[in-house]
Amino acid sequence: MDFLLINESYKFFDIGILSIIIFLPVLGSLVLLFINNDNAVRYFALVVTVANAVISLPLYWGFDPTTPKYQFGEHHAWFPGLDIWYTLGIDGISLLLVLMTTLLMPLCVLGSWKYIQKRVKEFMICLLIMETSMLGVFMALDFVLFYILWEAMLIPMYLLIAVWGGPRKTYASIKFFLYTLAGSVMLLVALIALYLKTGSFSIPNMMGQGYSTVFQFWVFLAFFLAFAIKVPMFPFHTWLPAAHVEAPTAGSVVLASVLLKMGTYGFLRFCLPITPDATFTFMPYILWLSIAGILYGGFTALAQSDMKKLVAYSSVGHMGFVTLGIFVLNKNGIEGAMLQMINHGVTTGALFLMVGMIYERTHSRELAMATGVGKFMPLYVIFLGFFSLSSLAFPGTNSFVGEFLVLAGGFTHSTLIASFAIPGAVLAAAYMLRMLQKVVWGGTKNPDQSYLFDLDAREVITLAPLLLFVFWIGLGPSPFLDVMHTSVHHLIEQVNAASHGATTMASLIP
Amino acid sequence: MIVESYKPVYAILAALIGTICVLMTGKRENLRETCSCIAAVTMFLIIASMVPTVLAGKKMVCTLFEVLPQMSDTYQAITVSFRVDAFAMIFAFVASFLWIITVFYSMGYMRGLHEHAQTRFNACFALALFGAIGVAFADNLFTLYLFYEIVSVCTYPLVAHHQDDEGYDGARKYIVYLTTTAKGLVLPAMILIYVITGTLDFANNIQTGIFPAGASGTMVTVLYFFCLFGFAKNGVMPVHNWLPGAMVAPTPVSALLHAVAVVKVGVFSTTRVMLYVFGTDTMGALNLGIPTAYIVSFTIITASIIALTKDNLKARLAYSTVSQLSYIILGVALLTPSAIEGGLVHIANHAFSKITLFFCAGAIYVASHKKNISEMGGLGRTMPFTFAAFAIASLSMIGAPPVAGFVTKWKLLVGTMEMSSHNIAFLLVLLASTLLNVGYFAPVTIKAFFGKRPAGETYNGVQEASLSMVIPLFLAAIISVIIGIYPDFIMNFVKAVTG
Repeated sequence: MDFLLINESYKFFDIGILSIIIFLPVLGSLVLLFINNDNAVRYFALVVTVANAVISLPLYWGFDPTTPKYQFGEHHAWFPGLDIWYTLGIDGISLLLVLMTTLLMPLCVLGSWKYIQKRVKEFMICLLIMETSMLGVFMALDFVLFYILWEAMLIPMYLLIAVWGGPRKTYASIKFFLYTLAGSVMLLVALIALYLKTGSFSIPNMMGQGYSTVFQFWVFLAFFLAFAIKVPMFPFHTWLPAAHVEAPTAGSVVLASVLLKMGTYGFLRFCLPITPDATFTFMPYILWLSIAGILYGGFTALAQSDMKKLVAYSSVGHMGFVTLGIFVLNKNGIEGAMLQMINHGVTTGALFLMVGMIYERTHSRELAMATGVGKFMPLYVIFLGFFSLSSLAFPGTNSFVGEFLVLAGGFTHSTLIASFAIPGAVLAAAYMLRMLQKVVWGGTKNPDQSYLFDLDAREVITLAPLLLFVFWIGLGPSPFLDVMHTSVHHLIEQVNAASHGATTMASLIP
Repeated sequence: MIVESYKPVYAILAALIGTICVLMTGKRENLRETCSCIAAVTMFLIIASMVPTVLAGKKMVCTLFEVLPQMSDTYQAITVSFRVDAFAMIFAFVASFLWIITVFYSMGYMRGLHEHAQTRFNACFALALFGAIGVAFADNLFTLYLFYEIVSVCTYPLVAHHQDDEGYDGARKYIVYLTTTAKGLVLPAMILIYVITGTLDFANNIQTGIFPAGASGTMVTVLYFFCLFGFAKNGVMPVHNWLPGAMVAPTPVSALLHAVAVVKVGVFSTTRVMLYVFGTDTMGALNLGIPTAYIVSFTIITASIIALTKDNLKARLAYSTVSQLSYIILGVALLTPSAIEGGLVHIANHAFSKITLFFCAGAIYVASHKKNISEMGGLGRTMPFTFAAFAIASLSMIGAPPVAGFVTKWKLLVGTMEMSSHNIAFLLVLLASTLLNVGYFAPVTIKAFFGKRPAGETYNGVQEASLSMVIPLFLAAIISVIIGIYPDFIMNFVKAVTG
C-alpha cells in the first residue's frame, strides 16, 4: 500500500480518526432511536454533529501538504475472498470536502430546528446517516466501498425529500431517485470493467495503468454519466430544481453543498487519473457543456419567481464554473474549481438556509411575497446581502477567488471558451441583485410585512460561521489553497504523463 | 522612493468606522451627523498629513490581504494593497475635502426637505467615500476593482433614495449599467491581463506599463478598450446613460455622484489603468491614443448638444458632467505632457466647480421648489448669493480666466499643439465645446439675474436657502477661483505624475 500514509498518532483505541468520523453519526443515530422527546432529539443530533466537526479539525492540522499520498490511511480486510478492502484515506482533493461536510452538518441541524415539526427523530436519523455516507464517499479508496456508500446516500436523501418535502414531494423525490440511480448503474458498469481489467478494487491502483484508448473511452463515458448527473451538468440537471424546491431546508443544504460536489469529486478522483486519454478526447465537449450550463443556469435563474428555484438554478451555473475549471486541466483551473466547490457549499448552503428562514415566516417561497422585508428584518437582509454578493463573486468574497482562478485557467486554455463564461458572471450579478433588491426594498406596492420578526440568536449562530468563511476565503485563501497544491500537481502529472494525446471520437467507436 | 505606511488604511477606515457610528447613533440626528463630520474631517486630516511626503517624491505603500497566493513563478500574488502617490493624491485630497463640505450641505438639504431614511443616507454616503478613497489609493488592479464595485453597490440605495417608481427605475438603470460593464468588460480584462503579464500591480511610472514586450498587439488593444468602456462610471458614450437616470437622487447625492465619488472614480480608474497598466509607451506604439481621443471628443460634443436641449437644471448639469469627464480622458489620450497635465488637473477643477453647480441646483430647489430653468427668470435677484456662485462655477466650466477651468483648457489647448498630427481636429473640438458650454451655461445666469419673472410668479416667501447650504456652496465657488489663480498646489501633484 505505497499510496497510503498511516498516521499512528491519529488513532484512538486503535481506531483510525477517519473511521471515527465516519461512524460517529451513524452511532449517534442508533442512540437517537431511544430518545423520545423532540427537543432532546434536536439537542442530541446537534451534539453529535458538533462533536464530529470538532473531531475532524485535527485532520487539517495533521495533514501533510507536501505529499500527494493518501493520509490518515486505514487498510483492513473486509471481504478477503473477493479482494474487497476497507481502505480509507484523504488527500488534498478530499480534505476540504470532508471538513466542509462535518462543519455544515451542525448548521443543517440548527436550520431544521423549527422547520421540522413532524417526525423529528426520523428526520435527524436520516440526516446523520447522510453524514456518514457522504463522508465515506470522500474518504473511500476502495471502489466497492465507495460504490456502496454512494448508493447508500440515495435512501436517506430520498426520504428527506419524500417525507418532509413540499407539495410535489413525491414527484421530486422519485425524479431525484431515478436520475441518480441511472447514473449509479453506469458507475457499476465502470466498476466491473475496471475490476476485470486490473483484478483489484483499489482506486489508486486503477490509476496510471495505460489502458487502451477504446477501453478508456467507454469507461470515461460511464463515469461521466454518473458524475454529470450528480453535478448536475447541463443537460442532466432537470432533477435538481425539482428536488431543491421540494426538499426541506436541511435537505437543500445537504444536496447543494455536499451532494453536488460528489460529481465533481468523482471527475477529479476517477475520470482524470484513471482515464486520462479519454479526458483529453472529451475535454472540448465537456468545456462547452460547462459553458452551456453556466449560461443556461444564469438565464433560468433570472426568470424565477420562486426564491428556492432561483438559488437552485444558480447552482447549475456555479457548478458549470467548477466543471469548466476541472477540464481545462491546468493548475489554476483545477485549484479554482476545487476552491469553488467549497465556496459553493458555503454560499449556496447559506442562501438555502436564508430562503428557509423566510419560508418559516411567510410560508411562501415566492419572491413576490418576500418583497420589502428589509425594513422589518434588517439583520436578515444584511446577511442576505453578504451572501448574495458572495454568490455573484463580488471581489473580496470567497467566490471571487474561485471564479478568478477558474477563468484564469480558462483563458490560459482557450480565450474563446472562457469568454463565453463571462456573460455567466454578468448574469450571476443580475439575478442575485434582482433578488436582493426585491427582498430588501421591493417596489412601491409591497405586501404588508410588519408581522415579520428579525433573526433570532439561533439563526444568527447558524449563519455566522458561513459568513466567516465567505470573508476568510475571500481575503486570505492561502490556508485553503496550500493543502491542494501537491495533490493537484500530482493529478496534472497523472493526466499528462499517461496521455498518448487526444484521439478523435470517430476512431474510437469499435 | 518607497515608504511603508499604513496611513492610507487609516484614511479608508475613517470612513468605514464613520459608517458604523452613523448606523449606531441612528435616530439621534445631531449625534449622527456629528459622526459624519468627525469621520470626514479625520479622513481629510490623515490624507492632508500625507501631502508633504508625496510632494517630496516619495510613495507610501502597504499590503493588507493576500487574496491569491503566488501560484507559480509566472503568476505573482494578488493582494489588497494601497499606494499613495501624486496621482492618487489629486483625487483623494479633493474628494476628502469635498466630503466635509457635502456633509454640512446635506444636513441643510435633507432637513430642509424633511427627507426620510436619513440614517441610511448618511451611512451609504460614508461608505461611498470609503470606496472612492479606496479606489484612489489602490496599488493594483484588483484593489481598484474591489473598491470600484463597493462604490457601485453602496451608492445604489442613494440613487433609489426616494423609493418611488422613478427612483427604482433610475437606480435599476444605474446598477445595470455599472455592474454589467464592470463584470462583462473589466473582469475579463483583469483576468486576461493577469494571464498575460502574471501580475496585477500597477507600474511605477506612466511610460512603461506592465505588458511584456512580446504581448500580442491585438489582445492588448482589445483589453484597452474593455477597460475604457468597462469603467462605465467615466460616462464615455455609449455607456453614459446611467448618469442622467441617476438624477432622481436627492441633490447632495447628485453632487457626490457627479463631482466627488462616482464619476471621478470612473475617470480616475480609466486614467490610472491607461497610464499605469498600459503606459504611454504601449499606447503610443499601438496607436491607441488617437482613436480614444476621437471617441471621447464625440462624447464631449454630443453631450454638450444634448445639454443645450434640457430645461431641467439637474439634467443639463448631468450632460455637462458627461461632457466634462471626457476632457480628462481626452487629455490623457492625447499623450503629450501638457495634455496629460490638463486632463489630470481637471479631476480637481471639475470637482470643485461641478459640486458648486449641483449645490446651487439643490439650494434653488429647497428654497423655491423650482427644477426647470425656464421657471427661474428673475430668481437671481431673490437668491443673489446662490446665483453668484452658480455664475462663478459656470465660468469655470466654460474655461474663462481666472476660474479653475481655465487652467484645464489652457493646458489641453497647449497639449493639442504639442501633437504632431491631428492637432487641429482636437483644437477645434475644444473650441467648439467651449462655445457649447457658453451656450448652455450662460442663459441660466442671465435669465436669473436679468430675465423677467414668469407670468404670475411673485417668489413670495422665497429667500436664500439655509446657511448650512449657502456657506458650503459659496465656499466651493471661492475655491474654484482660488485654484484658478493659484493652480500650483494641484499642479505640483500633476507635475509629479508626468515627471
